Amino acid sequence: MAETVRLLYFAWVRERIGVAHEVVPLDQPLLLHELVARLCKRSAGHEAALAEQGRLRAAINEAFVGWDAKVAPGDEVAIFPPVTGG
Amino acid sequence: MFEARISTEPFDIGNEHARLARLGPHVGAIVTFTGQVRDGVLELETWPGAAERRMAALLAEARARWPIAGATIVHRHGRLEAGEPIVLVAVAAAHRAEAFEAAAFLMDWLKTAAPFWKKEADGTWVDAQERDIEAARAWDRR
Repeated sequence: MAETVRLLYFAWVRERIGVAHEVVPLDQPLLLHELVARLCKRSAGHEAALAEQGRLRAAINEAFVGWDAKVAPGDEVAIFPPVTGG
Repeated sequence: MFEARISTEPFDIGNEHARLARLGPHVGAIVTFTGQVRDGVLELETWPGAAERRMAALLAEARARWPIAGATIVHRHGRLEAGEPIVLVAVAAAHRAEAFEAAAFLMDWLKTAAPFWKKEADGTWVDAQERDIEAARAWDRR
């Protein structure tokens, strides 16, 4: 199993962070809100995008989840604003 | 025939309708809904792959709830001008009641559960509407 997690960002989360996806090290499972707290420290853009979890939604391996979901090495985590299609 | 797809190109409503109309003599009703860009220009972002899989899951849920013969969802992404079609939901069934209900269900859930994000011409991202979220949830209480 890869010792990393792949992150996908969409809409204004992507714009603030400055990239659409990135791979970060992860050697132990942790909770999604713990991962987000770590990501916030990566740059001012990450902090600006991810500080308010109430304005964000997330998916792990394409399944929509809450912030207490467990993230494991090898997972794909997407973080985005509430969807506005249709 | 149950089909969900995303496209940067306009869709042909007549063609999509005709494909459902050809499903067989048991089809007595076809409901089509199209959403189009209101007012200004929109940029629609999506999550390719996940979007089609999520829309296919909504089609499966509609089939489980209503006896429908076929359904098509087409959702566009990219830059769209005012008046351009954004989304098509079309449902074929034996009778109109299930076709209308399944089409409304698909649209309500599409708005709150499929990964699409709208950005206005001035760079403002459109906020999710509480009434849309409530409309989708209401189906769970039926």
